[in-house]
Amino acid sequence: MNLTLRVWRQKNADTPGKFVEYRANNISPDMSFLEMLDVVNEELIKRGEEQIAFDHDCREGICGSCGLVINGRAHGPLAATTTCQLHMRTFKDGDTIAVEPWRARPFPVIKDLVVDRNAFDRIIQSGGYISVSTGGAPDGNAIPIPKDDADKAMDAAQCIGCGACVAACKNASAMLFVAAKVSHLSLLPQGKIEQDRRVLNMVTRMDEEGFGNCTNIGSCEAVCPKQITLDNIARMNRLYMEALFKGILS
Amino acid sequence: MKIVLDSKIPSGTVATKWTKYRQEMKLVNPANKRKFEIIVVGSGLAGASAAATLGELGYNVKCFCFQDSPRRAHSIAAQGGINAAKNYRNDGDSIYRLFYDTIKGGDFRAREANVHRLAEVSVNIIDQCVAQGVPFAREYGGLLDNRSFGGAQVSRTFYARGQTGQQLLLGAYQALSRQIHDGTVKMFSRTEMLDIVIIDGHAKGIITRDLVTGKTETHSADAVVLATGGYSPVFFLSTNAKGCNVTATFRAFKKGAYFANPCYTQIHPTCIPQSGDHQSKLTLMSESLRNDGRVWVPKKPGDTRHPNDIPENERDYYLERMYPSYGNLAPRDIASRAAKKVCDEGRGIGPNGRGVYLDFSDSIKRLGRDKIEERYGNLFEMYERITGENAYEQPMRIYPAPHYTMGGSWVDYELMSNIPGLFVIGEANFSDHGANRLGASALMQGLADGYFILPQTIAGYFATHRNGRYSSDHPEFRKAHEDVRARINKLLSINGKRTVTEFHRELGKLMWDDVGMARNRAGLQHALQRLPEIREEFWGNVNVLGSGDEFNSALEYAGRVADFLEFAELLAFDALHREESCGGHFREEYQTEDGEALRNDGQFAYVAAWEYKGMDQFPVLHKEPLIYEEVKMTQRSYK
Repeated sequence: MNLTLRVWRQKNADTPGKFVEYRANNISPDMSFLEMLDVVNEELIKRGEEQIAFDHDCREGICGSCGLVINGRAHGPLAATTTCQLHMRTFKDGDTIAVEPWRARPFPVIKDLVVDRNAFDRIIQSGGYISVSTGGAPDGNAIPIPKDDADKAMDAAQCIGCGACVAACKNASAMLFVAAKVSHLSLLPQGKIEQDRRVLNMVTRMDEEGFGNCTNIGSCEAVCPKQITLDNIARMNRLYMEALFKGILS
Repeated sequence: MKIVLDSKIPSGTVATKWTKYRQEMKLVNPANKRKFEIIVVGSGLAGASAAATLGELGYNVKCFCFQDSPRRAHSIAAQGGINAAKNYRNDGDSIYRLFYDTIKGGDFRAREANVHRLAEVSVNIIDQCVAQGVPFAREYGGLLDNRSFGGAQVSRTFYARGQTGQQLLLGAYQALSRQIHDGTVKMFSRTEMLDIVIIDGHAKGIITRDLVTGKTETHSADAVVLATGGYSPVFFLSTNAKGCNVTATFRAFKKGAYFANPCYTQIHPTCIPQSGDHQSKLTLMSESLRNDGRVWVPKKPGDTRHPNDIPENERDYYLERMYPSYGNLAPRDIASRAAKKVCDEGRGIGPNGRGVYLDFSDSIKRLGRDKIEERYGNLFEMYERITGENAYEQPMRIYPAPHYTMGGSWVDYELMSNIPGLFVIGEANFSDHGANRLGASALMQGLADGYFILPQTIAGYFATHRNGRYSSDHPEFRKAHEDVRARINKLLSINGKRTVTEFHRELGKLMWDDVGMARNRAGLQHALQRLPEIREEFWGNVNVLGSGDEFNSALEYAGRVADFLEFAELLAFDALHREESCGGHFREEYQTEDGEALRNDGQFAYVAAWEYKGMDQFPVLHKEPLIYEEVKMTQRSYK
């Protein structure tokens, strides 16, 4: 198949970017979206033009490195699918495809389609963990955990930190990302001990990083490649309020 | 001068060595730990767990990763699980049995003392991870669930759906994040190590490149830990992430650190077959699928019927036929070679005849589709996304692909290389898996090294070597820094006609054809003759655009491929020298009558540690004899 791409090119954070049109010819429907970009890049290099920069690594949907806004939608048209797992059979011969980076103030563009997502790391550093040091942990079976709780924790823990939720949100909110981590840890007995300070610290940090608030639109859930659900945000809000009130009462 | 490799294995019976070591090891008191700086390169399971634990102990740690976040290291892609000798199933498991299975699975080419220690600490890993909040699979009673894996007759594999690596890495990443918050670890993401600095024979720092600004920098420390993973992408197509590379351990090799057993590479039996020349990577389908899937090919060569139309009596369930006691759970090297064998016979399936079926229809009949969906749902989805086929309704197509590398930097019992102060952990070292790694053992080793072994053994080095840090003005730092910059400038100045990817593909095809799943003398000699030619062309005709002072993924990639082009020769050289078949190293000249690997314990029961002698010289072989005190070497049988 033959396609027209409109790709966002931007030299660095300080230089304004623009869309540039490229042809992608002889594309196999079995190619992944990133393999299609590889083909375009090889041709660009042959012509003496710099390749399109994009983040990618595992190419099997788990590392969370890749993330492109494809035709206006984070990770492209398929539900529950990262950019690297999107295959060209989803598109039609002759299609024009717009390719952009995540757009959000807390994710500044580094180059072309590559953005800086370190704000996510800083949110985790503010409290997205259980404070146990190595050694001295009790036996793994010392605290039984109901299977339903473990399963729900796992549902939330599947977040790959790609940032699609932020890119899709009109407020550039990171609530789904933060809620996934808060939920994962609070659903487990090991994580309950620190849950008040965790949620307060993480939400504070999220605000400081410049992410917007949640206005219950649900775009984040719609684009999440790991199908993290909105009820995690409800759970986080509840835990946040509880923690606030406990703070007032104590 | 004859160099003797001192593996520093403690005396005593194999079961008491680690206890004895810990009783006698030297310690660094808490106030003094603050005075030591440690560099950890890599933030996968081994690197993140080591950096976090060293930080908790009070050391000052600098941790480096080339990804944009430590959470993205390739450990994240491990699917199936992690082994531990908990014996929660009451099915006869024990530390000894895990030790024995790992030694046997490694085809008697691993170091006994290391493997026993690994089995001992395996139980602590599970406890630690549960305490961190890793959401392992549980039973309705609330206790941890297990599944079985290749090469074992017990169920000792703990798992978190098909994303065990992800959950364990996030656990380590969270521990690391806590230390970053506390200020004991300083994290450098999007930063690649390009060389190591050795001063007076000790590892004292590294040279890095900031992948965003392009700035090259020096970092000085009291010790350097490499946790930089394996080298499967030397085959171009592999299950590894695109960024995985050999640069750190190969740079260390060029600075004098021995590289051990590079020819031990693992080809994983269950990957999605290649669909065309555009393919950029291969995707693994977890080995756990072999618990419920049956592997088969048509009995008749060239049978192009749809798999569902081939009647039962015209199917060859070849693993069950050849290895009745282990059946579909035969170890990876054996299952891979069996797949190659049936495809070589013309019975392969799929577009280019390089594939076999993995069929779930019997399990779906027996357990119901819901149960299979619960166990492997995400894998079936991934398969459908990539191939467009529904594996609930027709068998999966699978074929072996390069997946893991058992070889790596030579290390002693303390995980220190022959260069004092340089430690190597996780997949990057050679130590625990011998010639073949069992499923669910990579996660175990990475975390054992990082949480429980290195943070203890590194104290022994600090307690006996107080030669301190050097300023980055030291001539060795300056020289290494200049060399790194010169190499970058050279890559950018060639302006040739071929892309880096073209060279990498050419290298990969050569390695897969001649140094892949089955090797022979003529093929290896051919590879050794071609590799210098490809390398010469690379340095004369590669085209790397852009500059060194900016984000430049082409430049990053070029440096990694340049190292693979040199390293490939070492791999082929080692494969040629090892005139036996063992584990993942199969030499066609050395096989039993029924095509099984034929070891030569009389001549090759040693670790081959190679010393770099310069670009145009053969590396020098140092042998560490493998002395088996506990286990008797036998021919592996999974029949």
